[in-house]
Amino acid sequence: MKQSSRFLLLIGPLLLFLVATYLVPFLGIIRWSVTLPEPGLGQYKAALGDPLVLTVFWRTLRICAAVTAGAVTGAYVVTLLWVRGSPLQRLVVELCILIPFWISVLTRAFGWLALLSNKGLINTWLQSLGILSEPLTLVRNEFGVIVGMTHFLIPFAVFPLASSMRNLDERVLMAARGMGAGRARIFWQVFVPMTRPGILGAGLVVFVFALGFFITPAILGGGRSVMVAELIYLRIFQSPDWGLGAAISVILMAGVGILLAAMMRQVRQGASK
Amino acid sequence: MVEDIKATRNRAAEIGATGVGKTFGAFTALSDISLTVGRGEFLTLLGPSGSGKTTFLMILSGFEAPTSGRLTLDGRDMTATPAEERAFGMVFQGYALFPHMTVEENIAFPLKVQKRPAAEIRRRVSGIIEMVGLGGHGHKRPAGLSGGQQQRVALARALIYQPPVLLLDEPFSALDKNLRGQMQDEMRRLHQETGTTFVFVTHDQSEALALSTRIAIFEKGRLQQIAAPREVYERPASRFVAEFLGDINILPLADLSSDAQGAGGRFEGQVLRAPAAGHLAGANSLAIRPEYIRLHLSRPDTGNAVAARIDHLTYLGAETRLALCTPGGAGLTLILPTAELPSGIGPGTPVWAVWPETRGFLL
Repeated sequence: MKQSSRFLLLIGPLLLFLVATYLVPFLGIIRWSVTLPEPGLGQYKAALGDPLVLTVFWRTLRICAAVTAGAVTGAYVVTLLWVRGSPLQRLVVELCILIPFWISVLTRAFGWLALLSNKGLINTWLQSLGILSEPLTLVRNEFGVIVGMTHFLIPFAVFPLASSMRNLDERVLMAARGMGAGRARIFWQVFVPMTRPGILGAGLVVFVFALGFFITPAILGGGRSVMVAELIYLRIFQSPDWGLGAAISVILMAGVGILLAAMMRQVRQGASK
Repeated sequence: MVEDIKATRNRAAEIGATGVGKTFGAFTALSDISLTVGRGEFLTLLGPSGSGKTTFLMILSGFEAPTSGRLTLDGRDMTATPAEERAFGMVFQGYALFPHMTVEENIAFPLKVQKRPAAEIRRRVSGIIEMVGLGGHGHKRPAGLSGGQQQRVALARALIYQPPVLLLDEPFSALDKNLRGQMQDEMRRLHQETGTTFVFVTHDQSEALALSTRIAIFEKGRLQQIAAPREVYERPASRFVAEFLGDINILPLADLSSDAQGAGGRFEGQVLRAPAAGHLAGANSLAIRPEYIRLHLSRPDTGNAVAARIDHLTYLGAETRLALCTPGGAGLTLILPTAELPSGIGPGTPVWAVWPETRGFLL
């Protein structure tokens, strides 16, 4: 048997599994979007003409952009400590990256609720310290959603950043130092640009992940900051409007696909330059 | 531009090291190195890997601190001065160019650090780009250049701010042989034009002999010898130096004695002699470079001669390398111009290996 066909035999079950669990259902969704309630592109027209759907799309993009910026920045600092810190810093950071993976999304969202709600820790403290007279609205709005999602996604941004920081040639930094450059200049003009592939990769991971977030915005947004995933859920499970839900899903998928392709091209061009 | 670079000559500095040592835990990387690098000198630090030469360069650059000893720059103590304040030019192994910057931006970087006016930066960068032969490549990124071109960028970036000292860490190790030769010529020219002090690390002995005004030879963290290329090659201070620099034949001598004319001893029944001046205390062998030995079919009247048989010949084009074997089982290597090879010789031919007494030395 040829090497390649044996390889196919080994990887085959996985491919079959992915086809059965992702591709087939997704094709089904596409079919719904053009057949329910009647054949045609009517649902796409309805989705793109519906101010509510457009508001949700716009809000989703806005939240995801903010979350991406926040999570990548936060992760950059964390990764810097992890990769270049003292042994003790490394250990602490490692635990801080790993432990969140063991805690479910739901628990973490409720944790933030306990911290941020009107009668939550932050508001009660600030009030009893006399800094605030009225509680700040920190949840049931976009702010709460952004905080919760950023917190959840930081660990996912750490790994692409860590690999680009580890692959960086230390001698380049030494060369900059040897030419008399100060720490700030080396960081901003040499270190950060050299980790650009990692930043793009981390941004992509976080952004794509964030687009499909469901539980965190549902809990911390309290129904007021509905994102696309929640909208799809509502269309399919609460108002039996499967065709519209399916059309929104396909639009989301297409958006993610285009974004991925564009970013991949960017990264590849950056690498070949 | 040439004026800018010539100005470097006046800035060339003298470096001194006194009793410099470096330990990493229980491992001694360098011990008690004392030497002076003269203004405008081209000093090569030569040694096998792990000999401490790169560690010493890192200490000179300020990236590593010595565990003991002092460093001076033009007589002033610089032991505690960090690398960014010494601001010596440095060319790293692998060049360490900024991958995200163009050639021009790479070269301009040290001038931007010094906050020079933009017009001056532009003028000097375009001048040095021409000087190192990179005209037309200014807008490329390092990844789009060949190894030799990257090397030139690294040199230009290190020389553009007229540093008092240029440190080079095995800059040619990634280049193929032809390119190496070209870059060596380039480097010699740059050294002459800039007149700055060069300290160059290599493990390639022919490179060291070709380029340096002096060579410092390191072994196991110790400085074995520091002298002009000709002297380290012809009058090595130790057996290690003799064997490290090129090929050498070492013959054990018995009954060693010296007189007014020189020193001598017996080797397989023949008396072999060499100049006594400057020979090492405790010497017990005679050393002779392969290129000084000639092949005779009968014993000549003068000079040192050793009887042997040809073991094999290796044809190298312009030269032929011969391996001989003495009746006592000692091996001898000769390198002869192919044109001078006696006809009719081959493996098994009995011959005499002959050399003038003045060419050997005692080890």
